[in-house]
Amino acid sequence: MNHYQQLEAEGIEIIREAVAGARKPVMMYSIGKDSSVMLHLARKAFYPAPPPFPLLHVDTTWKFRDMYKHRERMVRESGMELLSHTNPEGLKAGVNPFTHGSSYHTDVMKTQGLRQALDQHGFDVVFGGARRDEEKSRAKERIFSFRSAGHRWDPKAQRPELWNLYNTRTRPDETIRVFPLSNWTELDIWQYLHVEKIPIVPLYFAAQRPVVKRGGLWIMVDDERMPLQPGEQPEMRLVRFRTLGCYPLTAAIESPATTMEEIIAETFNTVSSEREGRLIDSDQPGSMEKKKQEGYF
Amino acid sequence: MGQLHATNISDYLEEQRGKETLRFITCGSVDDGKSSLIGRLLFESKCIFDDQLKALESDSKRYGTQGEKIDFALLVDGLEAEREQGITIDVAYRFFATDRRRYIVADTPGHEQYTRNMATGASTAQLAILLIDARKGILPQTRRHHRIVTMMGIRHIVLAVNKMDLVNYDAGVFQRIEADYTAFAGDAGLVSLQAIPLSAVYGDNVLRRSDKTPWYQGPTLFDHLDTVNVTDAAGRQAFRLPVQWVNRPHLNYRGFCGRIAEGSVRPGDAVRILPSGRTTTVGSIDFWQDQLPEAHAGASVTLTLADEVDVSRGDMIVAVDAPPEVADQFQVKLLWMAEEVLVPGRSYLLKLHTKEVTATVMEIRYREDVNTGAHLAGKVLNLNEIAVVTLTTSQPVVFEPYTTNRTLGGFILIDRLSFATVGAGMIEFALRRSSNIHWQALEVGKAQRALQKHQTPRCIWFTGLSGSGKSTVANLLEKRLHADGRHTYLLDGDNIRHGLNRDLGFTEEDRVENLRRVGEVAKLMVDAGLVVLVSFISPFRAERRMARELFAAGEFIEIHVSTPLAECEKRDVKGLYAKARRGELKNFTGIDSPYELPDAAELVIDTSSQSPEECALAVLRLVEGR
Repeated sequence: MNHYQQLEAEGIEIIREAVAGARKPVMMYSIGKDSSVMLHLARKAFYPAPPPFPLLHVDTTWKFRDMYKHRERMVRESGMELLSHTNPEGLKAGVNPFTHGSSYHTDVMKTQGLRQALDQHGFDVVFGGARRDEEKSRAKERIFSFRSAGHRWDPKAQRPELWNLYNTRTRPDETIRVFPLSNWTELDIWQYLHVEKIPIVPLYFAAQRPVVKRGGLWIMVDDERMPLQPGEQPEMRLVRFRTLGCYPLTAAIESPATTMEEIIAETFNTVSSEREGRLIDSDQPGSMEKKKQEGYF
Repeated sequence: MGQLHATNISDYLEEQRGKETLRFITCGSVDDGKSSLIGRLLFESKCIFDDQLKALESDSKRYGTQGEKIDFALLVDGLEAEREQGITIDVAYRFFATDRRRYIVADTPGHEQYTRNMATGASTAQLAILLIDARKGILPQTRRHHRIVTMMGIRHIVLAVNKMDLVNYDAGVFQRIEADYTAFAGDAGLVSLQAIPLSAVYGDNVLRRSDKTPWYQGPTLFDHLDTVNVTDAAGRQAFRLPVQWVNRPHLNYRGFCGRIAEGSVRPGDAVRILPSGRTTTVGSIDFWQDQLPEAHAGASVTLTLADEVDVSRGDMIVAVDAPPEVADQFQVKLLWMAEEVLVPGRSYLLKLHTKEVTATVMEIRYREDVNTGAHLAGKVLNLNEIAVVTLTTSQPVVFEPYTTNRTLGGFILIDRLSFATVGAGMIEFALRRSSNIHWQALEVGKAQRALQKHQTPRCIWFTGLSGSGKSTVANLLEKRLHADGRHTYLLDGDNIRHGLNRDLGFTEEDRVENLRRVGEVAKLMVDAGLVVLVSFISPFRAERRMARELFAAGEFIEIHVSTPLAECEKRDVKGLYAKARRGELKNFTGIDSPYELPDAAELVIDTSSQSPEECALAVLRLVEGR
């Protein structure tokens, strides 16, 4: 078996095992490249049946417009049910990344929104597309990551995970986050997308886009909701995204890569790690670990 | 690695496709420079990005132990709590690659209280790097690390003699350490062993050969990792597929999904389904929109079968002429991973490949001193202790010995209440084959005996505090049943402890054994057709459940005599509470030993609010009403 087949076989095994032990599973679908790979593995795991669970998108209402389009396309193709959830209180209060700051926006619209959706539907097993190579605190995440009541992640109370034996048992109120892509690297993801010809959001490919420079990072002006600061004038630049989230919180990089081959070459040659473009990771020390303890993916 | 261009991407992809992945574990403590070594490996293989290096520089000034130099250890000590305490408390996985191989490193702490973390990291590793501080040589911890990784089935070891810079790169020091290690490791079934003199801080012999060790002729660490042959030469070829999932999208398709644990398969191969033993042939190997001509170990596939045979999750599809063993009693090596002790006789959930059953440790043959390997006696097993035990499962399971196949011989134990993973085990061999055990098929059975007595056999189990009135109510009930012409027997705690169980005391493990025996005796009596009344404090939920599971559905009736502790203590018929309060009686239920309330008793009675006669009548109505 070659390298991609090995990663694929492991991912499929993890997904089947989680579903076999679950009462009510669901797959987080964030529309990004990792979600695309995870969805592809799920479809392979249960083919010719569709995956026996719905997709869940926690919608902050601040995603790129291209992401919403891509989401509708993939739902049609996979024949799966899509549940979309937006935190109603956050929506009513008009929480947004500009006036409330990235930390508060992420907490209300993503972390709390996610918890609401999980509680409302009573899901016990939740698939997520996180990888161990993304960030330091992710390196210690189990493949089956156990959450106590209230979705708390306690790094000291995780279950030992030996061989490929996963303990899928939970008591009421307890849940498990399952990460089938734990052992993939960013380069693996790109190569697999290429080899399997999996469709992804066009924003990953370079194009002329309207951007402004903030804090040394290129932020795309995706719609008229983005307030411009005095003297700020959007300019057209050849940019693309290595990672996708809320558009005001996700920085673009200048890049000429318009094809999958060019992206792979650029990723291989790059000297910056991918989460650098994520503003939320560096807004406070140990910030990813803190967000995870509170229930963030 | 050079620059990559989009035009030669297909060559690159082809090259990546063919790269092997090597998984290894690093064993050592912070003081040995373990984190520094891993940080050095990531740095040398160019797996640290610019922004990470920037963050590392600022972290080094804040938390570092290397003065103004970059402290590579900070790169790998992930969690905040650890950075503050300066220790690594969990298993972290790191990724890096060279031109020849990809690597997944399990980074685990080395102290004795983290034995379970090391075992976890070793369970998926093919090779182990044992780190040694050149100034200190072989320590008890080195022996422990060696013992754990070989127990977990690792057959390739690198002895990384670190901090050579602090012993002036002295050849004598290195050679002595290497000799000391081979002396104790001796015959550990290792396939490869390589000792390398290193300095993680300065990078000597990590990627580049050091000019400070001209006396060393062996490979650098990277050279060795890139070239060591870890393929299992004696790899067995018999096909084994543990069934994970049965795929039935519509009436005309039944696919059996799983990951091939051993061997390979082609359409038309004759296969056997275990444990049922039915045989059939493989129809097709389905994967996504394709049908495959063959599939090998490691592949996740879906098989269809030529005949409509019964196959469920937990079964195994195997080569027809080379089936694995099926058994329900084993000798296993067990690592205990929970704060709560392992008690023989208590039942746990056992997960082996895709099969989940209940299991009980029958006997601890011996505990193993994790530092010296000495055999020790023991009645219970504590956190991080290793033992050889005998174990029995509720149903026969399909397996291979762990040394033959890790996937088919490694299992975990799960607590039935908290669902925590509490133990990891490795099957050594079956004590008896289940194909050889058949209950003697007797012509006179339970049904015949019960019919002769014109009654439904039952076990009525009274549980409650000492002095709650269990025996009084049970006595009244037996009199009444006897008067009605029923064949009964009363098993009473005090009486049994004078005879059958007089060898047992009141420690937790003795109490478990006490109840196990009583449960088994009650079961034989029910089999004989009797109505059995059991009057035992039976304070632990786990043992009451174990007793319940000995019986057929509806046969076991649990009566909780819930008289409050204050009332029981006031009565103190035998003067035991007074003694316990004075500290003259240890492990007394309700005083210094817990009583776990039943959560599924068929009936709750309280002799402080009702007379014993009324209570007995309530039980009688319940029993007769069934």
